[in-house]
Amino acid sequence: MAILVDASTRVLVQGITGREGSFHTQQMQAYGTQVVAGVVPGRGGGETLGVPIFDTVAEAVARTGADTAFTIVPPAFAADAVMEAAAAGLRLGICVTEGIPVLDMVRATAFVAGSPMRLIGPNCPGVMTPGQAKIGFIPNHVGRPGRVGVVARSGTLTYEVIQGLSESGYGETTAVGIGGDPVLGSTFVDILPLFAGDPATEAVVLVGEIGGSDEERAAEWIRSSGFDRPVIAFISGRTAPPGKRMGHAGAIISGTTGSAQGKIDALSAAGAAVADTIEDVVRLVGERLTP
Amino acid sequence: MKLLEYQAKRQFARVGIEVPAGRLARTPDEAAAAARELGRVAVKAQVPIGGRGKAGGIAVVSSPEEAHREAARILAMEIRGYPVRSVWCEAGLEIAHELYLGITLDRDRRRLALILSAAGGMEIEEVAATSPERIAKLWPDPFAGPRPFEVRELAFSALALAPALTEARGRLASALVPLAQTLYRLAVDLDAVTCEINPLALTADGRLIAADGKLEVDENAEYRHRELAAELALDLEGEDGRTGEDPYEAEAKRRGLTYVHLPGGSIGCIGNGAGLAMNTLDLVQQVGGRPNNFLDIGGGANAEKVRSSLAMILSDPDVRGVFINIFGGITRGDEVARGIVQARDELGITLPLVVRMTGTNEEEGRRILAEAGIVPGTSAPEAARKIVELVGGAR
Repeated sequence: MAILVDASTRVLVQGITGREGSFHTQQMQAYGTQVVAGVVPGRGGGETLGVPIFDTVAEAVARTGADTAFTIVPPAFAADAVMEAAAAGLRLGICVTEGIPVLDMVRATAFVAGSPMRLIGPNCPGVMTPGQAKIGFIPNHVGRPGRVGVVARSGTLTYEVIQGLSESGYGETTAVGIGGDPVLGSTFVDILPLFAGDPATEAVVLVGEIGGSDEERAAEWIRSSGFDRPVIAFISGRTAPPGKRMGHAGAIISGTTGSAQGKIDALSAAGAAVADTIEDVVRLVGERLTP
Repeated sequence: MKLLEYQAKRQFARVGIEVPAGRLARTPDEAAAAARELGRVAVKAQVPIGGRGKAGGIAVVSSPEEAHREAARILAMEIRGYPVRSVWCEAGLEIAHELYLGITLDRDRRRLALILSAAGGMEIEEVAATSPERIAKLWPDPFAGPRPFEVRELAFSALALAPALTEARGRLASALVPLAQTLYRLAVDLDAVTCEINPLALTADGRLIAADGKLEVDENAEYRHRELAAELALDLEGEDGRTGEDPYEAEAKRRGLTYVHLPGGSIGCIGNGAGLAMNTLDLVQQVGGRPNNFLDIGGGANAEKVRSSLAMILSDPDVRGVFINIFGGITRGDEVARGIVQARDELGITLPLVVRMTGTNEEEGRRILAEAGIVPGTSAPEAARKIVELVGGAR
């Protein structure tokens, strides 16, 4: 089982002819992801990497039956691209673009809320269901089909967790990178219920970081929903000074909000096991999975 | 990007929000001239940081001579590291009541929040902590902005707890509608993540005047506000070019590096990816070391980027060793390793260097590092322990 993406997912790529867009499309194809269309305004009728290009998302959907958008366009155009995907009736949008003005995302997420589309990102590494499909940046070789769900704000740390789970033989059901921006399409509380509905997911690893209160809200959800799978959490940024943006636009402690300790305390109180290192994450997962 | 008070007020005035009469002065003579023109004025240090009143950066003066003297004193100040480059000389107000009106990004709601309180003049965080019931909030539709009835509801709820304003509440609510709408539009136009009038002064004759202003523009949107950014840069840099920013962070910005300085630390840190880079610092601290910086080298980590990052980190003489923590994803470990060795040789680095590398082609990468005399590691906590040991203990 899996959440969000699987072997049947039909992907269209917004920005398929860009340097990054083209590279990651090839990586996704090599992984076995069904990339059925590219969208580049003004280049409709062409073809790249064996994929037809369309001028608009609506046309791409009508002609190819695409159900998911992979958005990899420059920051100034990304929010509009997300809204175009939502307006075309796609089921899922995954936007990896970093550096989108936050008020653009305020408008885009409000627009998406009135559509059937679920948005992941922006500024995220994407989603991988090992053995079936991946959309985004997660390196092809790290995943292995298995038993653990992963949901994370950071990229490389997610890859490390996935690799650790794979090497130890536990494997993953689906790994979801939700992104490092302050305004996101989906936060932990949007993804955790999906894992709750997936019987194959026996445990969930949650990788958080300083800034905002998404981890605290996740802790509240775990407690109030009676989530019955073990949660293993990892929070980076314990040494981060207040008021400084640590790489991600959303990774900043503002006043009393967003400290690592507050998140660790909230998650521990909700019954999650909080790991100190990535090695610990894998060990704690092992202890909590039934053999 | 945090604007200075006078820049925020200039933006308010531009859209029709009333502000007190004021003049910008960069010299004591200019301040004296402003006092001659405006009479009794407050001379206020223009620095992009709070707490200037407590630091002595604000003086109320009643003559040009006094304005000259106080401006000279304030212009020679440095407030929490920020040199004062200019003072804003502002006419006094007959304030009957101080309100708070502000807009801020609410991450959880994914919207801008419009906040009103009858308890103006204090930090809004303080009001929120001590008497949250005195704060009224509204989350306007991002496309429509605040509607008149919504602002009225907000106003009546905020004013209900201020008996002094009970009688004037109808008139105030009506006046707040266009003010809130204008402020909201300004915030959206400027991509502001904070846009605050505190205090919003209610004068004895019933006018609402922005007595102080705070405006912070989203960094991701700076490309849409280049003129403001240029004006601000000009304002912060004096003839000596110092901005008050940490000099290492200023240099990192020039180099295009994602870097945060932790002054006094002895271990330079590099990681690829924000989360991993943050965790690199955490690991060093966990084993008793003191990290000197955060540096996210990003995806590729090519030789040039590694070289620039190492040069940046080593420019702080406190650094006595460097810990590089790399997860090779799509970039191959052997390429990263060659980049690190090349950068080390070009820069002639003799300080201890520990590289923890995992991911694609990690064995090959570690072999290259070991042959070049750089300590390679597979486990991040072990590598952190190693660098702390090599640098010679914690502090």
